[in-house]
Amino acid sequence: MTFLGSFALWAAFLLACWGAGLSFFGDWQRNPATALAVRRGVYAVCAALLVASLSLWKGIFTHDFNIEYVWAYTSRNLPGYYLVSAFWAGQKGSMLFWAVVLSIFAALAQALTSQRQKDLLPYVAGVVNLVIIFFVGVMLFAHHSNPFERMAVTPPDGNGLNPQLQNPGMVMHPPMLYLGYISITIPFAFGIAAMLAGKLDAGWIIAMRKWALASWLFLSIGITLGMWWAYVELGWGGVWAWDPVENASLHPWLVLTAFLHSVMIQEKRGMLKRWNMALVIGAFLLAIFGTFITRSGVISSVHSFTQSDIGYYFLGFLLVSGILSFTLLYTRWPSLEAEVQLESLVSRESAFLFNNLALVGLAFSVLWGTLFPILSEAVRGTKISVGPPFFNRVNVPLGLFLLFLTGVGPLIAWRKASIANLQRQFILPVTGLVVATVAMLLAGMRDLYPIMSIALAAFVLVTVTQEFQRGVRARMSMYKENVFIALVHLVERNRRRYGGYIVHVGIVVYFVAFTGLAFQVKKEVDLSPGETAKIHSPFGYDYELTARGVSQYTMLNRRVTAATLAVTRNGKRIGDIKSEKRQHMDSFGNKTFEPSTEVGIISDLREDLYVVYAGTIDGTERSHFTFLVNPLVPWFWIGGTILALGGLMAMWPGGPQVKTQRRRSVAQAGYSVPLAEVAE
Amino acid sequence: MNTSRRGFLRYAGFAALPLLGQVGTQDTTKKKMGEGVPPDALSEPWLTGRQVDSTGKWDNDAGIIALERRLRCRCGCMLDVYTCRTTDFTCTYSPEMHREVIAMIEAKRTPEQVIQEFIKADGEKVLMSPVASGFNIAGYIVPGLAVTIVGLVLAAYLSRRRAVTIAAGGPDLPGGAMPMAPDAAQRERLQKALDEVDS
Repeated sequence: MTFLGSFALWAAFLLACWGAGLSFFGDWQRNPATALAVRRGVYAVCAALLVASLSLWKGIFTHDFNIEYVWAYTSRNLPGYYLVSAFWAGQKGSMLFWAVVLSIFAALAQALTSQRQKDLLPYVAGVVNLVIIFFVGVMLFAHHSNPFERMAVTPPDGNGLNPQLQNPGMVMHPPMLYLGYISITIPFAFGIAAMLAGKLDAGWIIAMRKWALASWLFLSIGITLGMWWAYVELGWGGVWAWDPVENASLHPWLVLTAFLHSVMIQEKRGMLKRWNMALVIGAFLLAIFGTFITRSGVISSVHSFTQSDIGYYFLGFLLVSGILSFTLLYTRWPSLEAEVQLESLVSRESAFLFNNLALVGLAFSVLWGTLFPILSEAVRGTKISVGPPFFNRVNVPLGLFLLFLTGVGPLIAWRKASIANLQRQFILPVTGLVVATVAMLLAGMRDLYPIMSIALAAFVLVTVTQEFQRGVRARMSMYKENVFIALVHLVERNRRRYGGYIVHVGIVVYFVAFTGLAFQVKKEVDLSPGETAKIHSPFGYDYELTARGVSQYTMLNRRVTAATLAVTRNGKRIGDIKSEKRQHMDSFGNKTFEPSTEVGIISDLREDLYVVYAGTIDGTERSHFTFLVNPLVPWFWIGGTILALGGLMAMWPGGPQVKTQRRRSVAQAGYSVPLAEVAE
Repeated sequence: MNTSRRGFLRYAGFAALPLLGQVGTQDTTKKKMGEGVPPDALSEPWLTGRQVDSTGKWDNDAGIIALERRLRCRCGCMLDVYTCRTTDFTCTYSPEMHREVIAMIEAKRTPEQVIQEFIKADGEKVLMSPVASGFNIAGYIVPGLAVTIVGLVLAAYLSRRRAVTIAAGGPDLPGGAMPMAPDAAQRERLQKALDEVDS
């Protein structure tokens, strides 16, 4: 299978080279057969990479430990679902995963894009082929990067998968994040294609809109799953550590979020064309930058793959892509002139601009913090660390500003808002903000940022509710529908807008959950069987945890030492909680990794009781524990689900067709703002 | 060599003495092992990894925790000392740093003196966030400053552009476009248009 896999890689590489050449230098504008050949080339590359991937999976599932990658990341007793995830657990496999998923997306883009954009598709194929050439080229030519590399001898068993990766979250989190990173290539390719073809109307935006939304959705789900994995697996009781690799996933997400907002202005008003092009290029480059950070070792991170030369290839690719893309943008600058000018500082367009400023500013801020140690060392010659205290200090105010704008944006009319309009729109949200602030002050809260966060969350929630309520009321009045039907039709009629509002609710829930985590309580205790310890939660509950003893037993590929505690809340028993130490073994009973910890969690909507079994004292059942009470943590997962549902709603196919150009002409007729005032 | 039966038995008895002693010793050892093993001993304690220390009086001390949250663990995990020592129980660096902190506090050092001791030993990289002085100030203020400056420039630019538009006879809504109150039919028509435009 390694021969077939390597052959398929070579085939994919050569086919992608041929396809890219045909896309950029072929006569497809005049000859439809050439355009068809380009398209078929994309499908052929996809087929070749699928064969390569299946070859690797075959090696993994048949325990062919002669393949270095299979030996390094699997073992005979590794459960089946982790054999699946072993495909992307290591550097070489994840490179192949990148390439194959990108080729699938490229094929889908060719198959699903409307023929109205047929002038863009060969260029899209060309750009994607160039990216595939890079990834497959690295696998074929970079030192120690081929996933089909064989070993001189065949070991009897493999090294096994890192225990921290043996978690359901790691089966889903990396591929989701990869899907997000990879799919950004498609909107980027459409942007570059539009510039190359000189077709800079709204066509490319319409063609890639759903792809951009899909990338954003994959990234959002991937980031949330990563937070969940970090929380349940790493045992530190947090969800976000501002690690450089975590930050790297946030950069494209923030820029893509900005793009999804500003692209609406281009669709409706024909403005911000240059900015949108810059954003889509920036999102792609930041996705590649994230991959570079993960693989180069240039910045220390717990997430990094083994350090290798591969990072330099990525750096080179990043620089070349950036220079070529921005040079192309510069040459097309005059053609990207806005069709109309912004008319007022107090307008939705303006609010979107400031929202973009906050999002891109936040992305810059996170990037700045990530790279500051390198900059500082270059300037001062002194190594420094930039950890959570730095990021929280710099980014929390920006995040709160962004939350404020999340509420403001939908309240301001397009083109220009009047004082009367603003008063009418803001009265309820501002009331919500004031009520929430007073309630928290009365409850005894005195921390500025948590108060601001909750108050602004209330502001945004009232804004969203008001938008739904007004829309439903208008439909009930105009079409005599009942509340439920009116709500369904309202959302159905404009899924993107109302899906977007639901995403805003998800973001609000995230902010509230982060605020709750600021009140985390942590305690270290030693307990022998029968002994009890107490911990007081910020919500006023008293938890009592009584050690029930420690047991040792064998599971599939590990020896487990489990400590169990009986838990009561305010004297009422709520169950048992178990935390484990796991010593993983190979199929011959040999230790494979250092023992890992599995935390125990009892969760409800208010808070999580989180227990970590640190280990034995003097080899006995007397154990050292870390107890945490994490307020509002379950709301991270609820917020993530709401956000994903909103995103899905926004990108769900079907519904009334949006006629961008017609809308713009209506808007240009000049009565939208007074109309809003009259109608409301 | 002729040996009488009595002599033989005497020699044999002497020869057997060490064995008897050994038997006695073995019995004693067995007894001691039974006594020494706690009843709640784990059968395979090595499965839990490094043996951990008992919780001391400083382990939950708010002052120590605040101090350790400012120090980065030397193991390269990117975590602060407190989080590392209460999270990754395979790390041997953070418990050691914890002991160093406690020793200094018990030696009546102030928290700032403790921090300075660590900086002296490990350099500035031992801090979780750089000291806000000199070039490091740029680290803290550049993002906020950049957003503020760009925001102000944007606001000024948009205001200026609007002034130019009005001076050139462009729209200055609201007021001009809708001089009269619409009737019910107009309102309905306009509402429909609004739904379309505003969505």
